[in-house]
Amino acid sequence: MIAALTTPYVAWWALVPLITFAVAGFLLLTVASLVRRLPAVLAPAWTAVAGLGVLLYLVPMWSRVGRDGADSFLAGTVGVDRSSIFVTGILAVAVIAAALISRDYLPREDLPGVELYVLLLMSAAGGVVMASANDLIVLFLGLEILSIAVYVLAALHLRRIESQEAALKYFLLGAFSSAFLLYGIALVYGATGSTNMVRISAFLAQNVLVDDAMLLAGLGLLLVGLGFKVAVVPFHAWTPDVYQGAPTPVVAWMAAGVKAAGFAALMRVFVLTLGTYVSDWRPAFQVIAAATVLAGAVVAVVQTDVKRMLAYSSIVHAGFILVGLQAATDRGNSSVLAYLAVYAFLTVGSFAVVTVVSGTGDASHGLDAYRGMGRRHPALAGVFTVLLLGQAGIPFTGGFVVKLGVLAAAVDGGAYWLAGVAMLAAAVAAFVYLRLLVAMYLEEVPSGTETSGAVPLGALVVAVASAVIVLVVGLVPGPLLDLARDAVPVLVAG
Amino acid sequence: MSDYLRNWLTLVVFGGVAVLLVGAFLGLGSLVRPSRQTSQKAVVYESGVDPQGDMWSQSNIRYYVFALMFVLFDVEAVFIFPWATRLEVYDVFGLVEMAIFIFILALGLFYAWRKGLLRWI
Amino acid sequence: MYLNQFLLLSAALFAIGVYGVLARRNGVLVLMSIELILNAVNINLVAFAAFGNQLAGEVFALFVIAVAAAEVGVGLAMILLLYRNRKSIDLTQIDLMRG
Repeated sequence: MIAALTTPYVAWWALVPLITFAVAGFLLLTVASLVRRLPAVLAPAWTAVAGLGVLLYLVPMWSRVGRDGADSFLAGTVGVDRSSIFVTGILAVAVIAAALISRDYLPREDLPGVELYVLLLMSAAGGVVMASANDLIVLFLGLEILSIAVYVLAALHLRRIESQEAALKYFLLGAFSSAFLLYGIALVYGATGSTNMVRISAFLAQNVLVDDAMLLAGLGLLLVGLGFKVAVVPFHAWTPDVYQGAPTPVVAWMAAGVKAAGFAALMRVFVLTLGTYVSDWRPAFQVIAAATVLAGAVVAVVQTDVKRMLAYSSIVHAGFILVGLQAATDRGNSSVLAYLAVYAFLTVGSFAVVTVVSGTGDASHGLDAYRGMGRRHPALAGVFTVLLLGQAGIPFTGGFVVKLGVLAAAVDGGAYWLAGVAMLAAAVAAFVYLRLLVAMYLEEVPSGTETSGAVPLGALVVAVASAVIVLVVGLVPGPLLDLARDAVPVLVAG
Repeated sequence: MSDYLRNWLTLVVFGGVAVLLVGAFLGLGSLVRPSRQTSQKAVVYESGVDPQGDMWSQSNIRYYVFALMFVLFDVEAVFIFPWATRLEVYDVFGLVEMAIFIFILALGLFYAWRKGLLRWI
Repeated sequence: MYLNQFLLLSAALFAIGVYGVLARRNGVLVLMSIELILNAVNINLVAFAAFGNQLAGEVFALFVIAVAAAEVGVGLAMILLLYRNRKSIDLTQIDLMRG
């Protein structure tokens, strides 16, 4: 007689976002391969609806977790807490935005239809897995589902050789860094005897390792692997090239979605799982954060390509988020989540504008393309102005509120020097955005580039909506900060 | 010295030795070897005979597509084997799980078929 | 049998893989070096699992194998795409973007 297996407990209600993204992707792929001629609007609409559905479903999920507390299921490998719901929300917003931007981008570039949306949904599913992983195996799987889809997304522009170069560069460095991450996981597993985050943190809390060289080496390799995904110095070298080469809607997803999932993973691994070793990793985090904000800001100033400029500015933002993360407190975590949310809106909006300006061929990303935009496209220029000011962290924008949050968290933890460095970097980075603004409003239109077509609806909606949200958060920061404060990440044993 | 620092020291020494070794090998090599590049030297060594064509000989692209798909689907068997060895234990639960898994794989195959990748041109 | 023997083997493979990624200019060889690192991880995982008397490491190794296959598929396809445009897979020639 063979003993029957006790099937693991599954909290299906908490898996709905993941299943929605994955099944929406599968269905879209199947339908698209069955029906030869799909109406062009179907795939982006489908993707946006899937994202919207997830976003709406998160509301009851949020209150349910608030009522019943965080949960963990599937033999303790997957967890659900409010921080994972929060990050899932950011991912859903990024999916909707990227789908809307792509709606007009693909026909303009004469690229074939549905694969972009399918891969977008798949990588969003991977991001959800990362944000709710309670086990290093699951975390790694989520990271790979996310990354492999994004590698292909980066190569999607078949006629731009830059796109393929960017994809190959991203792929090789990404695979290299995932290998590092894996080796780190293996070492942590060897040192603690488990891949489960709950058990690792319990083990480290109860035992003092006599020889923790292996754990420390694993910790360092984990930092390398995840640091690459979120693009912090010195693992940032791929960012400008990939942002410049990859299709612009994909860059919007990379900057908003991938970064959010990456930081969620960093938070779960370092702050939650390896929290007892905070005195070991905090110095490294602080040095990396300082190097990231400074290097990103300084190099951004000398860029002439707007996409590269925004790439370096995204590196600066990553540094800022790390400034909040290194505090390893509830306040630090909530400041990170709030930053991620506002940053997602800032980037998808900015890259929506960049998509419109880049013109057919996705090629004109020089400052020239932006000269005189204030006269040619007053509405678009106005929206872009708000988004750039938000990125710079000017008061009364969301960027200011969240920057203040991470700095306050750092000061709270006694890292005064880091907060000072970050403020200095913010001042330097402000020049970048100022330069773009000057080009848009004060410089003459170079002769011969007088092109002013209608602004496509999808990108316009994304840009305007993000600008409005950034402004609203700047003026009434309370609701977002409350949400982020309630979104405490916790590990629960299954 | 405290335990704390000694543990770090192990790591630092280990890392230092690793960096030194690799650096020494690479550096010594580039110091010692004469660098007189001629186009002859870049040619692939084929036992003294002048090489014909490219070092990377090409095979037809359609082999590649099939080989790649074989690898992808073949590797998924690593998940099927453990299930197959304990078939009775997993019972209906395992059957449903595996059906879902194979269904998703089949969707991938279906997509490849509709894209015309399975046709031998 | 000691655990350290496996760890040393794995560390050696890891180092060879890292060297290969950094020193090779051929795209396919870089991909192979990355595979080498992943296999070093597998050795580690299986060794830890065997010496710790538990399954998690072995299960993880299965996942790593599957993910590695997916990565190779995507990577080879990309190198192929680049070859069609460039007639070369020399990674030092990927230099269209500078800033």
